[in-house]
Amino acid sequence: MMATPILRIENISKRYGKKSVLQGASLEVNKGDLKILIGPSGAGKSTLLQCINFLVTPDEGRIWLDGQEVHYAHKRDLYAYRQKVGMIFQDFNLFDHLNALENVRIGMVKVRGMGKAEASERAVMELERVGLKDHMQKYPAQLSGGQKQRVSIARALAMDPMVMLLDEPTSALDPELIGEVHAVIRDLGNNGMTMIMATHQIGFASSLASEIVFMEDGRIIERGTPGKIFNDAEHARTREFCSKITELYGER
Amino acid sequence: MEEWLYIRTEVYPALLKGFWVSLELIIPSALCGLIIGIIVGVLRVYGSRPVMAAANTYVALFRGIPLIVQLFIWYFGLPGIGIYLSPFAASVLGFSLCSGAYHSEYIRGALLSIKRGQMLAAQSLGFNKVQMIFSIILPQAIRRALPGCGNEIVYLIKYSSLAYMITCIELTGQGKILASNSFKYTEIFLMIGVCYLVMTSVAALILGRLEERLRLPGFEHDRI
Repeated sequence: MMATPILRIENISKRYGKKSVLQGASLEVNKGDLKILIGPSGAGKSTLLQCINFLVTPDEGRIWLDGQEVHYAHKRDLYAYRQKVGMIFQDFNLFDHLNALENVRIGMVKVRGMGKAEASERAVMELERVGLKDHMQKYPAQLSGGQKQRVSIARALAMDPMVMLLDEPTSALDPELIGEVHAVIRDLGNNGMTMIMATHQIGFASSLASEIVFMEDGRIIERGTPGKIFNDAEHARTREFCSKITELYGER
Repeated sequence: MEEWLYIRTEVYPALLKGFWVSLELIIPSALCGLIIGIIVGVLRVYGSRPVMAAANTYVALFRGIPLIVQLFIWYFGLPGIGIYLSPFAASVLGFSLCSGAYHSEYIRGALLSIKRGQMLAAQSLGFNKVQMIFSIILPQAIRRALPGCGNEIVYLIKYSSLAYMITCIELTGQGKILASNSFKYTEIFLMIGVCYLVMTSVAALILGRLEERLRLPGFEHDRI
């Protein structure tokens, strides 16, 4: 018997006016999986990730976390669910009025009701894990892009998420800073974190992914192992996109 | 010599007394006004539709009707329905409500200027709406609203002089009495003008300090 997937997404659709940005996307993610979403801009990768934790409310579709369906219309259930699903944004979205330590701590204090001392201890631990122990007192404006993204990863990890969603976590970074964020993500993967990540970093994706999902026009066109998608894709469109993006970013 | 004696024995004690009354009017009105402004500002941005409409109506009324008319209503109008306010209470009520309407506009503008990403990040951590507003959005918005709110407080200091119209004898009221007894309008109102200038300057200084203390790294604009 197959193990129940930790996250199951069924038939998610989203329209803005007449434009359909997601059309019946489904995914099953097992514990420890790293699913990589690839596809051109406007394919619906971001929308899919935002629908998964209901930052965008899907028009249709159902989601199960750990076998439990998410009743997102119930605010309490929704807030509890979001705590278990960490989200990393392309443009970091650190809280501008808080330093790195406070950024990581605030969720634990306000949402989980932890004491400040305990939460600080945990925050220090998470910042240490992403290599930022010496930058705890700095405000977002005083951190580099790579450091900001690592703080945001620490902030998500402090909530003990079961799944992490990463929306192009390195797209806004200098090439030189991408490596430090990739190292943190790789480390997470090695420690068994379940992740869904949208990215254009093909080299990185193929070395880590358990499955690559190719999206276009709000649809999942094809999915498979990195080897299959990059070397032996079924759809012409997948092959075309992969060869283009490999030319640009890949070291394959 | 005679003039000096008049100033020392009559003008000085009267103006000092008025000055304290003015401060007693201004300080609670400024605080209440700011609190009302923050609450109403938040409701105008994040409230449900009927709440938003109610808050907008409040602002339209209290920003749209001359303050002196509002004071007359509180002091002379309310007894008509059996509510009697002291001149002092009516003044503080009128000032707070009027000031709150203006503050709410500054707060609203600041709330709208906070980028959506800040909210998405808070929501993704499991914050509910109230937690998000109070621990993420407002602390940033208040910093941005501070110059505008300071403006309103300085303005309040000056319009507190309207209290004497409903017989709350503060600084301007005392001056009016002195001047009509001695006919030394120019001298006395010059002195009063200086008193207000001192109050507004001190307020501006305090507000400037506060702004500096709350300033965040990355938001400095001192020397570019």
